Amino acid sequence: MQKKRWTFRITGLRVLMIALVIVAVLICLYRFVYGLGSMTNLSDQWPWGLWIGFDLLCGIALAGGGFSTALIVHVLHKEKFLPIARAALLTSLIGYLIALVSLFLDIGRWYNFWRPFVYWGFHSVLFEVFWCISLYTVVQILEFGDIFFERVKVNFPPYKKILQAIMPFLLILGIVLPTLHQSSLGSLYIIAVNKLNPLWWSMIIPFFFVWSAFFLGPAMATIEGTLAARTYQRKPELHVFSDLTKVTMWMLIIYLIVKIIDLNYRGVFSSAFNGSFESNMFLLEIIGFVILPIVMYAIPGIRTKQWGVFTASVLVVAGVILNRLNVVFTGMAKSLSGQYFPSLWEFLVTIGMWCALILIYCFIAENFPILNKEEHVPNRMISSGASVRA
Amino acid sequence: MGALVDVTRCIGCGSCEVACSLYNGLKPEQEQESKTAPVSENVELAVNRWTVVQSHKFEKNGEQIRRFVKRQYFHCQEPACASACFAKAMQKTPAGPVVYNENLCVGCRYCMIACPFEVLKFEWNKPFPRVLKCQMCPDRVTEGQMPACASVCPTGAITFGEREKLVEEAKKRLADKPNFYVNHIYGLNEVGGTSWLYISDVPFGELGFRTDAPEKALPEYTWEVLRWTPAIFVGWGAILTGLYIYNKRRAAAHDEEEMYAPVDPD
Ligand code: SF4
Ligand code: SF4
Repeated sequence: MQKKRWTFRITGLRVLMIALVIVAVLICLYRFVYGLGSMTNLSDQWPWGLWIGFDLLCGIALAGGGFSTALIVHVLHKEKFLPIARAALLTSLIGYLIALVSLFLDIGRWYNFWRPFVYWGFHSVLFEVFWCISLYTVVQILEFGDIFFERVKVNFPPYKKILQAIMPFLLILGIVLPTLHQSSLGSLYIIAVNKLNPLWWSMIIPFFFVWSAFFLGPAMATIEGTLAARTYQRKPELHVFSDLTKVTMWMLIIYLIVKIIDLNYRGVFSSAFNGSFESNMFLLEIIGFVILPIVMYAIPGIRTKQWGVFTASVLVVAGVILNRLNVVFTGMAKSLSGQYFPSLWEFLVTIGMWCALILIYCFIAENFPILNKEEHVPNRMISSGASVRA
Repeated sequence: MGALVDVTRCIGCGSCEVACSLYNGLKPEQEQESKTAPVSENVELAVNRWTVVQSHKFEKNGEQIRRFVKRQYFHCQEPACASACFAKAMQKTPAGPVVYNENLCVGCRYCMIACPFEVLKFEWNKPFPRVLKCQMCPDRVTEGQMPACASVCPTGAITFGEREKLVEEAKKRLADKPNFYVNHIYGLNEVGGTSWLYISDVPFGELGFRTDAPEKALPEYTWEVLRWTPAIFVGWGAILTGLYIYNKRRAAAHDEEEMYAPVDPD
């Protein structure tokens, strides 16, 4: 099927989002001229704030859908998950681009960004993060090239051929690289031994980070799939989502067990119940966003309903975000001498960035073969419509 | 090289502060540019203040006493900041000073996250900010001179020299007056040892020093995890390749081009 025209429907919401993106771009320009201190609330005590804590750490984690679905679909060949594979890849790619942009925004001497490619500070965790993220973004762009050339037919056949030949290699690399850097995003905090609260600081924090990024993938795919179905008035892939819950549930259970063993091993288990702000946040994270979704996934009456999988998946995703924020903010607050709350400008930049993500996703989904081919179903036939809106 | 600060000998004259600013050309008007939250009424380190003398009041044996503490960067033996820097902008030189090279710095501020003492300062309001801190006057030190601050101290509160000699000296002073000094050399074991050592007659926690620093050098923690990277890369890659090949043979062929399509927004 060849559509020659590029389409992008303009709605009120989209206009608003475009406006927010423009605002963010203007703030960014201001930041580049007047420095980070001019509009962020960062300080010597809080050198990393919203952009690193949320856009980068959470953004990359949310993009975890790319590598977990790649593993399930292309390596384990669970064909039934194929319908969501491309959407997951796309979200992941955009997620990484956003993360790279926020990183670029956040580094002070950005014209030096290429330095670590040349001066190998390989004793630094950041070095690994930097290399893996850059390489993985390239891999994803190449993987996406496959899809790109299905829509844009250029008389340059070699590209697609070359790509097909190296695709297995790219796929493997596209799982190994994110495994490494998802975990090393956690390892970044290992060096903050005396700063990060022991409820979160652990020598196996890399395991927790990579593991949670992995189980977040299926949950993200569920949310994305549901939202895309609603936006484009299609039937959500409910059977796929329900099947995915098995993966997520078992991974959550293992996560929980390892967490408890780890806390016990380090002798800090009791501090989860000492009533402090940190301990309450920790309990909220574990009970509300790990145990509760496990229960929801375990009950067939919930798991097989569209609202059920969707709600549980939202909890899983929110839990991973909360976990990252706890590591970056809650866990550090007590030991650092300053205070930090993001400024309005920081929020606006973040909002603009995520709006850009949504807009790009919509544009690509409307112009490239991303979602499963399917006939148009009118809105009222989607049983989940109302519950999802809530 | 390193220095030993005997808190009990410091009279708070601030000569070292002045000497430091003059020698390093630090300008006071940068003051407003620092975004350091004041923890106490004491002046804190900042981009233009690489060393400060802070005063603390105590009640000791029923008497009011006052202690002055020269604060500054520690020049750790195994610096967390240098191990954290992925651009090699922070480096420990063989002579002891940890020096910063602004030409390599990316401005990521991971060194600030890594530093266990929160002493690194960033030029927040510059378009191309630097991380600033005491460099232990590397030019003077290589010429065999003392750093500017130590050279002007009128009371001998700062002793400069080989670290081992300083440790000996500190131990001797503690042994000579065991009832006077607190039996702790700050910097001897903290984070694997620092080049700047402190002795005092009041507990270090009360002087604003971090008492939660682990004894193990911080880069060792990271390295314990990081050294697995190549093994994971190769091992995980091999497992995936194996699985891929194994599953590929059993997989049914499918035509992806037939499977997906752009959505129609209307
Ligand atoms: S060693 Fe040099 S740079 Fe450091 S505080 Fe003393 S005079 Fe300043
Ligand atoms: S801010 Fe500069 S010196 Fe510090 S870790 Fe980053 S690149 Fe290295």
